[in-house]
Amino acid sequence: MAEAAVVVRDAVKLYGGVVALDGVSLSIRDNEFFTLLGPSGCGKTTLLRLIAGFERLTSGAIALHGQDIADLPPDRRPVNTVFQHYALFPHMTVLDNVAFGLKMRGVGLAERRRRAGEMLEMVHLSGFAGRFPAQLSGGQQQRVALARALAPGPRVLLLDEPLSALDLKLRQAMRVELKTLQEETGITFIFVTHDQEEALTMSDRIAVMSAGRLQQVGAPREIYEEPVNRFVADFIGETNLVPVEVGAVAGGLAPVALPGGAVLQLAAAPGSEGRHHVSIRPERLRLAPSGAGQLSARVERIIYKGTDLQLVARMAGGGELHVRIQNTARADLPPPGAEVGLVLGEGAARLLAD
Amino acid sequence: MAAAGPAPGAARGPAVPGDRPLTLPLLLPAWAVIGVFLVVPVGLMVVYSFLTQGFRGGVIWEFSLAAYDRFFLDRGLFGDEPPRLEWTYIAVFWRSLWQAGLATLTCLIVGFPTAWFIATRPARSRTAWAFLITVPYWVNLLIRTVSLRFLIRDQGPVNQALIALGLTDAPIQMLNTDFAVQLGLFYSYLPFMVLPIYAAVERYDFALSEAAADLGASRWVALREVVIPSVRPGIVAGCLLVFIPSLGAFLAPDLLGGAKTYMIGSLIEDQFKGSLGNWPFGAAVSVILLSMVLVALLFYARNQAREGRA
Amino acid sequence: MSGGVRHYPGFAAIAALCLAILYLPLGVVAVYSFNASTSITAWGGFSWRWYIDVFQGPEAPRFRAAAWNSVTIAFLAASVATAIAVAAAVAMVRSGRFRGKSATFALISLPLMVPEIVTAVATLIFFSTIGLTPGYLTILIAHITFCIPFAYLPVAARLSGIDPAFEAAARDLYASRGQAFRLILLPLLAPGIVSGWLLAFIISLDDFIITNFVKGAGMETLPTAIFGSVKQGIKPNIMAISTMLLAVSILFVTLSWLAGRTGRRAAAPS
Repeated sequence: MAEAAVVVRDAVKLYGGVVALDGVSLSIRDNEFFTLLGPSGCGKTTLLRLIAGFERLTSGAIALHGQDIADLPPDRRPVNTVFQHYALFPHMTVLDNVAFGLKMRGVGLAERRRRAGEMLEMVHLSGFAGRFPAQLSGGQQQRVALARALAPGPRVLLLDEPLSALDLKLRQAMRVELKTLQEETGITFIFVTHDQEEALTMSDRIAVMSAGRLQQVGAPREIYEEPVNRFVADFIGETNLVPVEVGAVAGGLAPVALPGGAVLQLAAAPGSEGRHHVSIRPERLRLAPSGAGQLSARVERIIYKGTDLQLVARMAGGGELHVRIQNTARADLPPPGAEVGLVLGEGAARLLAD
Repeated sequence: MAAAGPAPGAARGPAVPGDRPLTLPLLLPAWAVIGVFLVVPVGLMVVYSFLTQGFRGGVIWEFSLAAYDRFFLDRGLFGDEPPRLEWTYIAVFWRSLWQAGLATLTCLIVGFPTAWFIATRPARSRTAWAFLITVPYWVNLLIRTVSLRFLIRDQGPVNQALIALGLTDAPIQMLNTDFAVQLGLFYSYLPFMVLPIYAAVERYDFALSEAAADLGASRWVALREVVIPSVRPGIVAGCLLVFIPSLGAFLAPDLLGGAKTYMIGSLIEDQFKGSLGNWPFGAAVSVILLSMVLVALLFYARNQAREGRA
Repeated sequence: MSGGVRHYPGFAAIAALCLAILYLPLGVVAVYSFNASTSITAWGGFSWRWYIDVFQGPEAPRFRAAAWNSVTIAFLAASVATAIAVAAAVAMVRSGRFRGKSATFALISLPLMVPEIVTAVATLIFFSTIGLTPGYLTILIAHITFCIPFAYLPVAARLSGIDPAFEAAARDLYASRGQAFRLILLPLLAPGIVSGWLLAFIISLDDFIITNFVKGAGMETLPTAIFGSVKQGIKPNIMAISTMLLAVSILFVTLSWLAGRTGRRAAAPS
C-alpha cells in the first residue's frame, strides 16, 4: 500500500456563521485518481481550495506527504490547480502561461522554454505556443490549463470541475485523456465534479459529499453497488426507494418486508428495526406476469429513451417504481393499465440507513 | 461557492493562510485624505456657523447664534423690534429649490426618451450615441456655460437667427432671466440624467414589454405600468444627480442669471468675497444647504432599501 | 404596432433635439473662435488670429501661467488620487466583507455627495484655520481629495469584473503576493486605472468653484482666468481657449473610451 499523499483531519470551514465543511477526515493515496463528488454547495470545492491554500481552515489539519501545510500560502505548497474556467492569464501567450510557474520557481529562460514546450507537446498543442488564450477553443484552453498546472511538476494535481464548460462529446473524450495522463504521469489527481458519470468512469476512489460532510468513500463499484445511505443511493445513478418494515436483526441479517408482503433477508446493522427504505436499481428489476415476483404494480406509462425504455409502474400502496428495459425492439411490452409482477435479481435490494 | 465570506471581527485580507491582512494599510490613505481634507473641514464649517463674525472676513472665536438668527429672524432695521420670520433668505432657498426641481423635471422629460432611444439602438450605434452624450460631460462646465451665454445674448446667434427668419423684430431678452438659468442648469446636468437611465434601460428585459403588449396594454400603458417601475432606480439616481448640483449651482445663475435669479450658490459665494463677507453666515447657509442634500440622500437610501426588499 | 415594443413615437426626435442642445453652443463657439473680426457679433471671415493672440497677445503670459498651473495640478492630483483609489479599490473589492466596509464606501463617495460650493466653503475655512496660505498647495490638496471618487469608480468597476481565480492561479503557480499583483492583477486592471486617471485629470482641469475659493490672490488656473475675463464680456480669444480645451476634452474622452474598449476585449471570458 502506497503512502498517503494528502491527509485531511477534522477539517471545519465556516464562512461567518455558515458551515461549508463540517468535520471532514480523509486520506488520499499517492498515485490515485481521487474524486470529490456531490451537488453544488456540498463543500467539495471548499475542500479543494483548502488543499490548494486559497482558504484558511477554521479548525483541523491538512498534511501533504506527511508535512503539515495548513498555514502555508498557495505559493509554498507543491500542488497545482486546474481551475473551473481555466483562469488562463489573458494578457500572456500560451507559452508564457505554461512557463509561468517555472519562472516563479526561478527556472532559467532556456530551461523553462524547453519544459513548457514539452508540456504543450504532451497536450498536443505545440503549434499554439504564440497564441493568446482568447484565440483558443474551450477544449484547447482546457489543455493549456492542464499543461500549465503540470509544468512545475507537482506531486498532487487539483482539478476543479475542469470539464464542466465543455460540450458533451469533448467532455467524453477528455475523460479518457485525463485518466490516461494520470496513469502515465503517476501524479495524484484530486478531481472535483458534480457529474456522477464522470466520477464513476475516471476515479480510483470517490468521496461522496453532502452538506459539508463525507457520506461515503470508496471505489466506483462500491459506491454504486453498496451505497451506505439514502443520499448516496439517490445521488449516484437512478434508483427506486421502496419503504419497508425491518424485523429483528440477527447475525447481520434481518427479514425485510416489502409492500405487498414479500419478505427478503438483507444485510442490516444491529438496531435498524422499524420503518426504512431499500434501494432497488431500475436495471435490477425484471418484468414478470401478474402474480409472479416479489413486487406487483400497475403499468402507468412507458418512456422511450433510445438505448432503453423506462417503464413507470405504481405499486398498490401508491409508491412509484421505475424499471429499465433494454430496447431490443420487442413488441410484447405490457400496455398501460396492465398488472405486472416484478422480480428482484440476486442482491438487487439494499437496505439503507436514513 | 468561491472566495470571500464575511470575516468575523475587524477588517482583514483575503483568507489565504500565511498572508498578512492588508485591508487596513490599503484603505488608510483614502481614509486619511478624505477624513482630514473633507470630513474635518465640514465639521469645522459647522463650528464656524456658530461663531462671531470677524471685522474683515474670518471669525472671532466666540459662540454666537447670530448667523442662524440673521437667516431666520427679522428684528427690524435697528435690531430692536420683536422678531418676525425673515423671508429674504428663505426666498433664496425657495427659488433655488424651485429652479433645481424644475431643471430636474425638464432633464427627466428630455432625458428619459433620449436614454430609451439610445438603449434600443443596435449595439454599434448604441456605443456611438452613448459616446456622444458623454462627451459634453467631459467638457469644462465653465466653457459650456460661457458658450450658452454667448449664444443667447441680445446680439447673439440665436437672436440674429430669429430676426433673420422674421420671427421677431427686436432681440428677445433671454440672458439674465429665469429662462437662461433653467437653460444653463438643464444644459449643465442633462448627461447626469441620461446616463443612469440609459444604464437601467440597457438592463431592462424587453420581453416584459412584449408580455404587457400580449396582455393587451398599449405601449403608453406598458410604459407607465411596466417599464417605469422596472427602471425606477435609474430614474431616481438620475434625478438626484441633477437635483443636488443644481441646488448649489453657482456658474449658471452667476453667468446667465441676473439679480432676480439670485440662488444659494451666489449667496454663499458673496459671504466669502473680500472684506465685506460674513463667514459665520456663509457657513450657516452652507450647513443648511448640506442638511437639505443629506435629507435628499437619506430619502434616496431609504428608497433603495425598499427597492432591495421588493 | 410598427417597430415593436422598443419603439415609442417622438423619442427619436427628442434624442436628436437633446444632442443638438448639447452640441450647438459648443459648435457655435468653435466656429466663432476662427472669426477674423474683432466684433464677436459679425462674421468677418476665417482666421487663426485669436489663436495667435492666445499665445502671443497681451494676455498670453497670464494664460500661459494659468495653463501651466492647471495642467501640473491636474497631473499631480490625478496621479496621487489614482494611487490612493487603486489601493482602496483592491481592499474594498478583494477583502470580502468586513466591518466598516459600507462606511468606507460612503466616505470615498462623500466628495460626490457634498455640493461643490459646500466643499469649497469647508476647505477654505479649514486652510484658514490651520494657517495654510492659499496657493498652489491648497489647490492641489483640495483637488486630490475630490478626485479620489472619480478615480475610484472605474478602477473598482474594472476590478470587480476580474475573476479572483487569476490571482489564485498565480499564487498556485508559486507567485508571491507582490508578484501576483504586479504580473497579473496590475496588467488586467490597467484599462480601469487609465480611465480613472483620465477622468480625475479632466475633473481637476475643469474645476472652478473649489479652486476659486482656495486659490488665493494672484494664483490662477485656466478656469479662474477664463471666468475673470468673461466677467468683463466674452472676447474672441476666450473662444479660442475654449475651443482648444474642448479639443483636449474630446481627445481625453476618446482615449478613455478606447482604453475601456481594449480592456473589455481582454477581459472577455476566455
